[in-house]
Amino acid sequence: MGQYMLSVHSREGDPAPDAATGQRAMSQVAKLNEEMQAAGAWVFAGGLHPYDTATVVAAMGDDVLLTDGPFAESKEHLGGFWVISADDLDTALEWARKASTACLNPVEVRPFQDVPES
Amino acid sequence: MIAGLVRLLGSIDLAEEAAQEAYVIAMQRWPAAGVPPNPAAWLTTTARNRAIDRLRRESTRDTRQREAAQMTVPDEAEPQGAVVDDRLRLMFTCCHPSLAPSAQVALTLRLLGGLTMAEIAHGFLVPETTMAQRVTRAKRKIAANRIPYRVPADHELPGRLKSVLTTLYLVFNEGYLASGQDSAVRTDLSAEAIRLARVLTTLMPDEPEAKGLLALMLLTDARRAARFADDTLVPLAEQDRGQWHRELIAEGHAIVRECLRRAQPGPYQLHAAVNAVHTDAARAEDTDWGQILDLYNHLFALTPTPVVALNRAIAVAEVHGAAAGLRIVDGLDLASYHAFHVTRAELLRRLDRRAEAGDAYSRGIELAPNTAERNFLRKRKDALSD
Repeated sequence: MGQYMLSVHSREGDPAPDAATGQRAMSQVAKLNEEMQAAGAWVFAGGLHPYDTATVVAAMGDDVLLTDGPFAESKEHLGGFWVISADDLDTALEWARKASTACLNPVEVRPFQDVPES
Repeated sequence: MIAGLVRLLGSIDLAEEAAQEAYVIAMQRWPAAGVPPNPAAWLTTTARNRAIDRLRRESTRDTRQREAAQMTVPDEAEPQGAVVDDRLRLMFTCCHPSLAPSAQVALTLRLLGGLTMAEIAHGFLVPETTMAQRVTRAKRKIAANRIPYRVPADHELPGRLKSVLTTLYLVFNEGYLASGQDSAVRTDLSAEAIRLARVLTTLMPDEPEAKGLLALMLLTDARRAARFADDTLVPLAEQDRGQWHRELIAEGHAIVRECLRRAQPGPYQLHAAVNAVHTDAARAEDTDWGQILDLYNHLFALTPTPVVALNRAIAVAEVHGAAAGLRIVDGLDLASYHAFHVTRAELLRRLDRRAEAGDAYSRGIELAPNTAERNFLRKRKDALSD
């Protein structure tokens, strides 16, 4: 059993979905979360506020440097994610397929390094 | 042997190290003690024991400990209907669709084929370090992601089998399309692809597309000797059919007939059937183009890609005339594909539109993938002014 992060990324400058589409995605995601919980796959999930609400904290010895804005100077930003447990990649990919259908976006699947002691 | 060890040890790297150790021990012992009655079983047992010893020795280290623990986990029950064979499991792991096609090819040849990293790198015309990095990265991805080591369940099988077939066909073509000084090494790739396709059809006898792929490879490979003369490509119609490999053709035809009886056609079977019709003709002018056109119509209905449309247009030209073929070709969006320009050039030549044919040959020469094909096209272009 391993853990995987299913992440959803948004592109800078992409228009926000209209209210009805956003609402549909939200309710589909809520339903999927319930399905994951019932299957015992759900560990954690959440959607993030837009990337411009971020602050970067960099500890430099005793000092700390705060920067307003996201860490990466990229055009894509993490918008939300699931953390799931799955036996193997095929199982994780099947959840990712459902997640992509529900949130109407591509989903990146990436394995976690360690399984925390339960 | 590697395939069995991967299942026992749960790690490709461990399996490879253990196999290497076992070979070294065999080379030390066999000359004096004699070869054991079942050398393969001896090697596997020795490799497994060595791996277990090593894991115990190094069990203070976290990752190794986990790998040792993994070994004691009993095998999961195989889903009903799936064939239990380690080579088949390994084939599906190596060709997992989450790996890039180039990585699938490299892994398959490294772990299932008997090829060394240097041979694979040479076969694909890349530096050995590049190929080694590709394989290392792929193995890391398999381990990190827990890509399963099993034959997919029946409902996943069509998609996953397609990935295996694509990889084998890529390997085959890499060897088949080779010409010039590298051709000897690269020809081995075709032989390896055929060998693996044979393994696949033995392990999955109920998959007609796997059979179709094997037949397609055999019927294509049968013409290898007649394909080049003086480093110049010889087109199908002008090949010396006496040089074709009769046994491979007979085997390919038998498989195609078996596929026809099953009546579950797919793209590889249809391609194989087209090649069966070609290899059935004693002379080029005896070719049953009507049947080939029927097959391409069927193929185009299944996979309506521009490349299939181009091949279908060649059959249309033979059955209904060059003008009818050209009308289809001119509607295709394939300007960056050399075969598109070559086909246009041939059809324009037959329609005696020489200036346009010359331009099309020139484009074909620019885009042609190897010297032999460029030489052939130059000859064709020069012949226009005769």
